[in-house]
Amino acid sequence: MKAKKFVEKLMNAVFFFCGILAVGCVLLITVYMVASGLPAIREIGLGKFLFGQVWASTAKEPRFGILPFILTSVYGTAGATLLGVPVGLLTAVFLSKVAPKKLADRVRPAVDLLAGIPSVVYGLIGVSVLVPFIAKVFGLPKGTSLLAAMLVLSVMILPSIISVSETALRAVPPEYEEASLALGATPTETIFKVSIPAAKSGIAAGVVLGIGRAIGEAMAVMMVAGNVANMPALFDSVTFLTTAISKEMSYSSGLQRQALFSIALILFLFIMVINVVLNVALKGGKKGEK
Amino acid sequence: MGDKRLDQKLPPRRRAWDLTLRLLICACAAVTALLVAALIAYILLRGLPGVTWQLISSQESYLNNTIGILPSILNTLYIIVAALVIVLPLGVGAAVYLTEYASSRRLVRVIEFTTETLAGIPSIIYGLVGMMFFCQLLRLKTSLLAGALTLVIMILPTIVRTTQESLKTVPESYREGALGLGATKWYMIRTIILPSSIDGIVTGCILAIGRIVGESAALLFTAGLGLKLLGNFFEAMGGSGATLSVALYIYAMERGKFEVAFAVAAVLMLIVLVINFAAKVLGKRLKNKL
Amino acid sequence: MENIITSQDLKLYYGNFEALKGITVELAEREITALIGPSGCGKSTFLKTLNRMNDLVPGVRVEGQVLYHGQDIFAPEVDVTQLRKNVGMVFQKPNPFPMSIYDNIAYGPRLHGTHSKAELNDLVERSLRGASLWEEVRDRLKKSALGLSGGQQQRLCIARALAVQPDVLLMDEPTSALDPASTIRIEELMAELKKNYTVVIVTHNMQQAARISDKCAFFLLGEMVEIGPTEQIFSMPRDKRTEDYITGRFG
Repeated sequence: MKAKKFVEKLMNAVFFFCGILAVGCVLLITVYMVASGLPAIREIGLGKFLFGQVWASTAKEPRFGILPFILTSVYGTAGATLLGVPVGLLTAVFLSKVAPKKLADRVRPAVDLLAGIPSVVYGLIGVSVLVPFIAKVFGLPKGTSLLAAMLVLSVMILPSIISVSETALRAVPPEYEEASLALGATPTETIFKVSIPAAKSGIAAGVVLGIGRAIGEAMAVMMVAGNVANMPALFDSVTFLTTAISKEMSYSSGLQRQALFSIALILFLFIMVINVVLNVALKGGKKGEK
Repeated sequence: MGDKRLDQKLPPRRRAWDLTLRLLICACAAVTALLVAALIAYILLRGLPGVTWQLISSQESYLNNTIGILPSILNTLYIIVAALVIVLPLGVGAAVYLTEYASSRRLVRVIEFTTETLAGIPSIIYGLVGMMFFCQLLRLKTSLLAGALTLVIMILPTIVRTTQESLKTVPESYREGALGLGATKWYMIRTIILPSSIDGIVTGCILAIGRIVGESAALLFTAGLGLKLLGNFFEAMGGSGATLSVALYIYAMERGKFEVAFAVAAVLMLIVLVINFAAKVLGKRLKNKL
Repeated sequence: MENIITSQDLKLYYGNFEALKGITVELAEREITALIGPSGCGKSTFLKTLNRMNDLVPGVRVEGQVLYHGQDIFAPEVDVTQLRKNVGMVFQKPNPFPMSIYDNIAYGPRLHGTHSKAELNDLVERSLRGASLWEEVRDRLKKSALGLSGGQQQRLCIARALAVQPDVLLMDEPTSALDPASTIRIEELMAELKKNYTVVIVTHNMQQAARISDKCAFFLLGEMVEIGPTEQIFSMPRDKRTEDYITGRFG
């Protein structure tokens, strides 16, 4: 009897440990990010670090300004969102409201497949097809550019936008749509004037999720963006926050290495803000449904 | 009281607007679908011819000037096995804790929130934390084991979520029945709860395998870039080696061997296709159980 | 009185199932016609055929004719949006859009091309007055319609239907989701509406049908058993089945 009780207690503890493991991991990551990211910022100075326009980590007198990376990440993500959201949202509309069930059931797995393609494969296609194409069309010496990264990212964020928006659109009560049709609206008018507005918080969540994906993507971007620490311009080689870290990490040392961790901290903060926004958007959606 | 004729067409502007939007919806869906088809076709057509027996059954040899990706295939398998063996008990345990044990709503919400957060953190950050924690602090060096442990944190949310979903489908009456017969909680979980949630656990594993196969950024600094055979499972755990995705990156970007990279991409693509198919079949079974 | 809607031998199939078995009926202007009968008898299906909301159901097929002001509503040249603009509908569950009260009412007029602020303001007020809701909501037109009570929401839906200036209003059990007090208000409102609109109402509530309707049609198993002045249907039905139903012997 005693042994039984002991086992019960033990299993209770074991499961509790598993349960709070996720909390532990988030704490571990946060602690590491902050602890490893702060020293360089303290040494360089927050203002100089965030708003310095020159990154020359290996120069004789190294300079660590990450404004080019921040702006590149912001512009690149914005561009990808601008391209990906309309296409993704309208595809979700097609799947949830327009397509016959059979067709939708064929297209949906294809979208899921898009989510399963590894980012290095996106990068490979980008660097071997898209980059030469951009070079040729715009007469550039090299096609590795912010534009190439935007295009690749816009495809990579499609699945998140589509699947989350589709779920949201499907959750719109059919009564709303019936009411609109009964007032003499066409099906298309009903979609744009009733269904999409009613699903807006879910759609917003999909967009935010996509933004998180885009801003955190490293490998595909590293393969197509050229990785030069330029201030962002559409046709220039650029470096994102993520690629600034990964391209120098393997050979970095000293302050340079610490500065890379500081970049990671900034990236981490971006992601945390996005996570909070996402949570709020989803909560808002649940309230709206009631 | 308005015009009572029914055979009037919509005003031209309204009709044009309607038609344009409807076309746009279909066009966007077509773009998405074609994009998927084109991507897959391109990768397979360009990559499959390069997938020879020699490529997948040998390692690189400078003497014969041949390239083989057997080491990467094995590394990928080893990492999958190691990561799953570690993450399964932890992830399933966490899900069991959340659905069967946790009594405080607040704690559950905190755990679920952190699990979501974990899912949103970009893999490059996992790579950095894995490098600092596993490789440096725990002195695992750059090794497959360090890589697998890093991936464990990354795929934990996937396993927790899918297991939780299937645990929720176990009818309350089963639990009450078992406990009413005087079974202890742990006995009830072992004999009733876990067996009936096996579908969800397997689905989680498949999704996790997909994630591992596609992962590269988190492995660059944790599992390393080695392309040589590492020996048996336990020897390999201590050595540094590239998985297929990482090898693809190395061949494409550091060696400039696009054809090998495409062959690897084709192999990855086939794996992704199989995984997606398997997940779909299992997902359906899970749904039928509901 | 002129007939606004005439249905001639109307048959409707869901796949192979014949849901309406040849309905012939004439609906006169400015009258309330109540459709009664047990669940699944086809009365709701018939109602939804009159503004072709049934088109949305997959596998639906229609034979026969429904004439609206002498025009066949199933004719290929008919634009269904025009039909629905003229034949408005109020649903069983109040279904205001998740927008402001004002935007709910203005939704239809905007669709059909009214964009001037003054005209819209005027229409919104007139429609809300028409649904006797104006006094209750005039101070909060910009507030969400979902904040209204169930009964108010249903009157808002009536106002929304009026705003596109129909001449027929179809009501599908409009009070079945409401409390008794709200039900009475809607019934009073219908007596008002009758002055300007033709109303067709599906109801499960015999007393309601008796209180408000001018004519009453009894449906059973996809057939219309009989139609006549409400008083006559309730006092001396011609068909035995009608009598059985009204006296509560089945359904």
